[in-house]
Order: sequence, then C-alpha cells, then structure tokens
Amino acid sequence: MAENIFLEVVTPQKAVVSEEAQIVVAPGTEGEFGVLRGHTTFLTSLKVGTLRYKDASGKERYLFVNGGFAEALPNKVTLLAESAERRGDIDVDRARQAKDRAEKRISAASDDIDLVRAEAALRRALHRLDIASM
Amino acid sequence: MATLKEVQTKIGSVKKTKQITSAMKMVATSRLRGAQESMEAFKPYASKFSEVLGSIAGKAGEDASPLLVPREEAKKVNIILCTSDRGLCGGFNGNLIEKADKFIKESLQDKEVSFTCFGKRGRDWARKSGMTIEDEYLDVVGGQFDFSVASTSGQKLINNFLEEAVDEVYLVCSEFKSLARQEPVVKQILPIPPIEVEETDGSAATDDGVYLAEHICEPSSDELLGEMLPKNIFIQIYDALLQTSTSEHASRMRAMENATKACEDMIDELQTIFNKTRQAGITADLMDIVGGAEALNG
Repeated sequence: MAENIFLEVVTPQKAVVSEEAQIVVAPGTEGEFGVLRGHTTFLTSLKVGTLRYKDASGKERYLFVNGGFAEALPNKVTLLAESAERRGDIDVDRARQAKDRAEKRISAASDDIDLVRAEAALRRALHRLDIASM
Repeated sequence: MATLKEVQTKIGSVKKTKQITSAMKMVATSRLRGAQESMEAFKPYASKFSEVLGSIAGKAGEDASPLLVPREEAKKVNIILCTSDRGLCGGFNGNLIEKADKFIKESLQDKEVSFTCFGKRGRDWARKSGMTIEDEYLDVVGGQFDFSVASTSGQKLINNFLEEAVDEVYLVCSEFKSLARQEPVVKQILPIPPIEVEETDGSAATDDGVYLAEHICEPSSDELLGEMLPKNIFIQIYDALLQTSTSEHASRMRAMENATKACEDMIDELQTIFNKTRQAGITADLMDIVGGAEALNG
C-alpha cells in the first residue's frame, strides 16, 4: 500500500521490528507523537513507554521501549532503543518481580541516587506489565 | 636411546594433548560464530546512531556538552583495557598489553595513569606492574554480556570525567579485521574527539533517494546531542567488548589449530623413533640368537 511507512526498531542486540506500518505512535520526551507517511524529517529522544503501530494488515501492535531516539523521515521511522520488546516477548514474571523489588527499594532508599534508580526500574516494570495486560 | 616403553608412554600423552587442543578448537569455533553474530547484529544500531549523531553534530554548538571540551592540562588518565579472562589464545593478550604499555610509555609520560580492566589477563598484568586499578569487570569478554555492562561502566567514567577525577580516557581493545587478523588499537574516548559531520552533498541521500534534510529536533539539537554523546561512548565500549570477544575466540581457534598440528607432527616423529627402537631391539635379539647358535655348533 502506498500510504504505508516503514518502521524499524533497532536495539544493540538485534532488529526488533522491520516492517511496513500504517501509523506509528511513539513516546517522545516532549509528548507522544504519531507518524504517518510523508512526515517531515524529525528527530527526538524517547522516554520509557509504549510504542504503538498498525501493521500493514491494520492490526494494532504494541512494543515496550526503554528510552532511546527516534528519527522520522517521509517514508521511514527508525527507533534506536537500548532495549525493546514486543508484547508477546515481555517476561511478565520478571517484570512483576522487578516491580516488587523496586517498590521495596523506594521505601528503603537511603539516598537520592538509589531513589532515582529504583523509580526508573519501577517505571520500566509498570510499563511492561501495562503492555502485557493489554 | 629411550626405551620402547618410554616412547610409547610419550606417544600416548601427546595424543591426549591433541585431543584436548582439538576439542578446544571446536569450542572456540562455535563461540566465535556466536560472537560474530552479535557483532553483526549490533552493526545496524551503531551505524544508524552515528548517522544521526553526525547529522545533528553539525548543527549543535561547539560547546554543546562538557564532554567535548578538552582539559587545558590533562594529568589524570584512565585507560580501559580489554583483554580476555582466559589464556591459551596465542599472543592475543600479550599484544594488547604490549600496546597499552607502549602507549603509556610513549604518550602518557608523567601522567597519573589508572586502569579500568575488562578481563582477568589485563587486570593481572596491571596489578603486577603496580598500576592503579580503578575498576575491574570479569566474566564479560568472551562470554555473554549485554549493553548494560557498557552503559554502567561508561556512565562511571563520564561521572569521573565531569567531577574532574579524570581528564582523559582511552580505550585499548582488539579490532576484529578478519579471522586471520586482529589488531590491538588505542582510541580516545574522553574528551570526545570532534565528531565527523555528515556530508551535506549527494552522499547524504538515503537508499531511497530521500534527501536527509535538516531535522526538526525535539528537544533542541543541543539538548539532543547532550543526550546522545554519552550513549555514543557506551556504544564505543560495547563495540570494543564485542570485537575483543570475537578476536579472542578467533585467536584461540588459531592457536589451538596450530597446537593440534604440532601434536600431529610430534606424534609422527615419536612414531618413527618408536619404530626404530623396536627394530633395533629385534636386530639385537636376532644377533643374540644367531650368536648363540653359532657357539653351540662351533
């Protein structure tokens, strides 16, 4: 289909997604943004969150992205993330454990660095669980 | 000359050694494949990243990030030394250590040098030569590791740099050129050397002929660059670890192949000695018998 845009999600380990999409919605640091074909060239950093896109057949797909960058070109969107997982690949047990651990750490945190770290871990775990339960 | 029994025992032991070396070679070969695959898998990420970085580096100001600014007088230098944990891989670790040593002697005289060691071999060397070891990471090179190792260690170095606990950071690692060639290299990590700005002529066009125009950046290009630069350091460290791992396996594979060949040669040689000794024994026995018979007849 002519109006599709090519989506690529790349992590240091592997290319997670590489396919045509009708629309891509990604979590930018300045707010969520949607990309259709013909988007102007655009570069932004991403926060931890959910990447949504409709694949060529119109099916909604969800991915967890752990921050990174996105580059949009008129016919292509590239996401560079340190890690990204498709909904089906999320390890729910691990995320749940991570959530419990992070909550415990937050209540016991002794200094700011610990707190910041634990909060980031909690955010990641919650997003993962969120996506998995969708 | 050695007795028959001695030669036989020797042949047996060399054969066993050969078994071990050829098994190690096979293990190295399969690990090498794995390491090469993760190296290949990392390439798209790294190349895309440097492409984007190059395109915004041109727009951002000179001093967009403190990581770009060289110190007026660099006194404290940290060297990230990547070596393997295990030996039996030919001159691999020796070459890396020699490179680091030479670099220190030639370019870092009268400076305070400390080490961040990936791999036991390099750490042992640094410890033995009385160097300061800032940090050590074992069980990384040559095994399974992910990006987080690179980002934790990289973040630590960046923090040290910003707190002025260290003025310059260099990376010594092995560059994987081909199965037969791995070269130790030294790279400057901090302050970040000037980034090559993406060419704005036809070469910047993507495969589909779309011109890589000026990006709209969100947040500003300076802020984005500030976020990307540390990541770029993690990428360099991760890349170094991947390449060093691959080189280690390739080196070990070659070393073990040579060892197996040497064992084969040795077995051949020993076999000849064995045959000769045996022959000499038989001749001596015959002479005895013949001599005895002669004596009886006489």
